[in-house]
Amino acid sequence: MDFKLNKTHLLQQEMFRRFAENEVKPLAEEMDETEIYNMELLAKMHKVGLMGIPYSKEYGGVGGDYLGYSLAMEEISKHDGSSGITISVHTSLACSCVDGFGTEEQKQMWLRPMVDGSKTGCYGLTEPNAGSDAAGQQTKAVLDGDHYIINGTKIFTTNSGFADTFVMFAMTDKSAGTKGISCFVMDKSTPGLTVGPNIKRMGIRAAQNCEVSYENVRVPVSQRIGKEGAGFKIAMKALDGGRIGIAAQSVGIAQGALNEAIKYVKERKQFGKRISSFQNTQFKIAELQTQIDAARLLTWRAAVSKDDHENFAQNAAMAKLFASEMVNDVCRAAVQLMGGYGYCREYPVERALRDAKITEIYEGTSEVMKMVIAGSMKIF
Amino acid sequence: MKIVVCIKQVPDTNEVKLDPITNTLIRDGVPSIINHDDKSGIEAALILKERFGGTVSVVCMGPPQADVALREALAMGCDEAYLVSAREFGGSDTWATASIISAALTNIGYDLVITGRQAIDGDTAQVGPQIAETLGIPQVSYAEEIYDIEDGNKVIVKRQFEDRYHIIEVKMPCLLTALAELATPRYMHAGGIIDAYKKDVKLLGYDDLKDQLVPEYIGLKGSPTNVFKSFTKQAKGTGTILKDLSPDEAVEAIIAKLDERHII
Repeated sequence: MDFKLNKTHLLQQEMFRRFAENEVKPLAEEMDETEIYNMELLAKMHKVGLMGIPYSKEYGGVGGDYLGYSLAMEEISKHDGSSGITISVHTSLACSCVDGFGTEEQKQMWLRPMVDGSKTGCYGLTEPNAGSDAAGQQTKAVLDGDHYIINGTKIFTTNSGFADTFVMFAMTDKSAGTKGISCFVMDKSTPGLTVGPNIKRMGIRAAQNCEVSYENVRVPVSQRIGKEGAGFKIAMKALDGGRIGIAAQSVGIAQGALNEAIKYVKERKQFGKRISSFQNTQFKIAELQTQIDAARLLTWRAAVSKDDHENFAQNAAMAKLFASEMVNDVCRAAVQLMGGYGYCREYPVERALRDAKITEIYEGTSEVMKMVIAGSMKIF
Repeated sequence: MKIVVCIKQVPDTNEVKLDPITNTLIRDGVPSIINHDDKSGIEAALILKERFGGTVSVVCMGPPQADVALREALAMGCDEAYLVSAREFGGSDTWATASIISAALTNIGYDLVITGRQAIDGDTAQVGPQIAETLGIPQVSYAEEIYDIEDGNKVIVKRQFEDRYHIIEVKMPCLLTALAELATPRYMHAGGIIDAYKKDVKLLGYDDLKDQLVPEYIGLKGSPTNVFKSFTKQAKGTGTILKDLSPDEAVEAIIAKLDERHII
């Protein structure tokens, strides 16, 4: 067992860190305030390969792995949770559906532009009435000759505000339940596809998370990913991988917040002393760093098990469950360590605390994680 | 066109802290980086390659740990990398370093050599010009902009001066020393990093270079520089600020101060 990153991962980590500090950090506060994602930043992330890490060079990707992707998610999320989720939804949800289940032709047509830096993807599964119960899809796709006609509404489709490529799910056979869902991919310009405004949220406010409506959207059969009825399996498989990204995002947000708090307690003086000299402060920071490291190790284990083609679903769910609850505890404590200043928008821990909450909700709530873990453990 | 960029691995001075008791630099645990001016040189070389074709090689003299600096250069897009490293080269001053790097350049071959202006750890700005002198090729130091390459063999360069700039046409083979302003370095590409570790960093040791080396000009013995003394510069006291004076009063006050200290 080797807990050390290899040279390639170390240099990638260094590059992600520099990029995050120089490019992401200076924009994060403004993007949160305006709730608008900076398109130049998105273009830069594409350019340096941040949007195609675990995908083969054969399709224009980086040729890396999920461990490298987790390192990127952590470094970027240290400074901005919104950028983290932008990368994550594109990479581990949109791209993975096409990569894992698309035909060679579909990969050339849809995956290549998403991983070579030219297009951004989004993933539409959640509906107003189908959240944790994703099987309750109401969006329908009806076969009409060599096309499907899709009607319905998706909500909380992250990246949809600027995405070029939409991966989405619709019911092709209601009577077949989860085996009646199919996966489709389409361009944003497809007639009938309409994206609503960015939904007002508590955190990750710069991410573009909108309602997407599909009204008589005609897509050729060649844009169905996988077999008819395989959609639910595709969606769940993508979410298994996505959870590694969310776990890494949680680790990043937490480490970023703790780093800020450490910087602060070393400078702040009260009662004639630096507050870092109080044992309460030291013990608190020791506990928080231990929690973060535990989450990081769970995340790396999940990533490596995916890279090694093992059954990683339980590892990913455990990493996400632990990391997402951890980041909420850590951010709350980071704000507390910084007192009134921590509560001010001027300091990034306030944003970190708001960004943290969603990690317990999206890509499967903590409760769903427990269902996945218990299911893998065959506790019925 | 074969472009060779010479780089140095240096401690990241942004991360260097002072020992509060001895007032000396704490070097332990300080990350190493590619010297800033050298990195601009890499970027300038990559831009030239994109515009005019050719290859970019990168050369670094240093201990085996300098490997990571060369991998970074490869991950930015350089084609090949050479680590010049041998026990015999240890303790070299700028003269000996230039002598060794010149031998390496002769071994590798070059049309255009780019070095950084100076390294942040030594600030001598000597090695680039010394390499050009050793190789007997023309040099343009303080290159701020490369305008063009004409007829495949003439580089048009803007050279910064304190109070002016020169636009110089120089025939290749030649050497430029790059200012940070020459080009803003690109990030490594995440995939470039993977490729960088699949490539070989070629090691040029003493035996590889012995035919090109002048043995008396290498290492500590071949270094004419003697360090007489090194010391930590003491911070000067705070200056005096004279406020709310008219220009004439200011002149008078300054002259009075200079006179008081017998400077004038």
